[in-house]
Amino acid sequence: MKFNTKDAAAGALFILLGLAFGLHNYLALDIGTNTKMGPGYFPLVLACALVILGIAILFHAISTEDEPWGPVPWRGMFFILLGPIVFGATIQGLGLVPALAIICFITSFASYRMSLPLAIVLTAGLVFFCVAIFSWGLGTPIQLFGPWMNVVGLGN
Amino acid sequence: MDLIHNLSIGMATALQPGNLFYCFIGTLLGTLIGVLPGLGPTATIAMLLPITYSLEPVSSLIMLAGIYYGAQYGGSTTAVLINLPGESSSAVTTIDGYQMARQGRAGPALATAAIGSFVAGTFATFVIAAAAPPLTVIALKFGSPEYFSLMVLALITSVALAHGSILKALAMIVIGLLLGLVGTDIYTGAPRMTMGYLELADGINFVAVAVGVFGIAEILRNLETERTREVVTTVVTNLMPTREDLKAMAAPIVRGTLLGSALGILPGGGAVLASFAAYTLEKKVSSTPERFGHGAIEGVAGPESANNAAAQTSFIPMLTLGIPANPVMALMIGAFIIQGIVPGPNVAAERPELFWGIIASMWLGNLMLVVLNLPLVGLWVRVLRVPYYLMFPAIMAFSAIGVYSINTNIFDMYSVAIFGGIGYLFYRLGCEPAPLLLGFVLGPMLEEHLRRAMIISRGDPMIFLNRPISLTLLLLSVAALVVVFLPSVAKKREQVFVEDD
Repeated sequence: MKFNTKDAAAGALFILLGLAFGLHNYLALDIGTNTKMGPGYFPLVLACALVILGIAILFHAISTEDEPWGPVPWRGMFFILLGPIVFGATIQGLGLVPALAIICFITSFASYRMSLPLAIVLTAGLVFFCVAIFSWGLGTPIQLFGPWMNVVGLGN
Repeated sequence: MDLIHNLSIGMATALQPGNLFYCFIGTLLGTLIGVLPGLGPTATIAMLLPITYSLEPVSSLIMLAGIYYGAQYGGSTTAVLINLPGESSSAVTTIDGYQMARQGRAGPALATAAIGSFVAGTFATFVIAAAAPPLTVIALKFGSPEYFSLMVLALITSVALAHGSILKALAMIVIGLLLGLVGTDIYTGAPRMTMGYLELADGINFVAVAVGVFGIAEILRNLETERTREVVTTVVTNLMPTREDLKAMAAPIVRGTLLGSALGILPGGGAVLASFAAYTLEKKVSSTPERFGHGAIEGVAGPESANNAAAQTSFIPMLTLGIPANPVMALMIGAFIIQGIVPGPNVAAERPELFWGIIASMWLGNLMLVVLNLPLVGLWVRVLRVPYYLMFPAIMAFSAIGVYSINTNIFDMYSVAIFGGIGYLFYRLGCEPAPLLLGFVLGPMLEEHLRRAMIISRGDPMIFLNRPISLTLLLLSVAALVVVFLPSVAKKREQVFVEDD
């Protein structure tokens, strides 16, 4: 039997998203009338459209051949997505230099080919390069060292 | 006469040393990211958008525009030398360009791409200069119903011309529209779909979404299969095309330029579509179609002219109507807004030096690109040898600074990670990110004009059909949808995209 798992998953995801958006808008927001549309009117219409499209994609999945999923870069996903989160969590406390060093260092390991010495050299180079361009060159107003760095006498 | 006068205002602006410098930086960066596979103009412009805040409006827009059309030049170098599209719009150039390189004719192939791009860029500059003023006049007559219908047309055509499943692309648009509506409702002040997060009151940060779905998701894609790139080791010699080459490329360049210019103006069109269409056209008009795929110079000249022409003419809807034709133009609108300028029909009248300065800079930029790309080709080959695992930490660092410095808001960093994950998930499910981003930008505008139109008509949806311009635009949208769903067209559409994958 023909069944395209990729299409089916996409269809199911769209239906779920449509229902979530739709229910939220229907329950929490004023729909209004045609003349005076409320905040929930247009989003509700869109959510319904999404559900319908999701159903159509699901039907399409039944009539098409399955295709291979291919490898999932778990390691890459972990390190790449962790990077911005840690950067966000530390930028205001530690300041630009340490936060940049952290994001460069963490994301370096997304690749299997990275080694510890190379990551250190790359991080140092990138931090210097970014600070030179953005802080010294363009005057981006982000402080280089944040309050948490007072401990080592670098913050302000 | 007006045209000459306007262009001379533009030239005076574009030739100021500061603007010339940023034009150079833009085209240089554009070439660089064009050459590098895995980093496109959308992600680059998104990352650099915040830092343009400190520049003059003209300089920043000239630079950002240079990145976009510069990337079209750079992309062809990679396509010819390593059989990989440096940019998605040079995907078709790999077919014949790489074959030419294997036959030892990499030099002429690169020269053909550069000459074609330059001719196309020059022509497109004049198309913009000639088409913009009349369109601005028409645009001033547009009311809310017309704007609504125009945006519907833009969204529909962007789907019709996209790669892959139409249904999925439509769904991606709808999701984009919904995400664009997150935040405070402008009419009632009610928070919508914010899940209680105060940080979402102003909506989801557009740059964070763009960096996430284009930049981060692209890195994850590249990490699926980490391969070493095979760079052609032969030194590129003898750039000069022969007399026969020049003769063979002339007609394709003209055809590609015209086709590309037309497809670029279309809302929803752009460089990628133009290059595919030009390749198909060249193959069709050729008396020896069997040469295609084995190093036909027409297969390089046509698409490369077309993608550059389209990259430039896609500025027209953005400059005259304030409507983005593709995600890059959506970011350009963001750049205008950062500078406190509302893009639309008034820009040409109120800020002529800005409007015409950007247009004139495109021609200067094209001139710079020929110099950057041909004599310096050796430099770009060396850039290609930089392994990918050294590149993406740099992309991550730039994205972090770029996104964080817009609002110095930590929440935006979390959005980047979330949208990176979402963008990659959608990619795995066979859904393209471009329609989502276009929907995201158009969502609030579309809703506002819909609500206004309905207030004008007292709730009668017929208003969209009673006004001739609006009706025409909607009929075109319906026609576009019908055409792509026709079985015969659907099949052809698949072929065009598949044979070049």
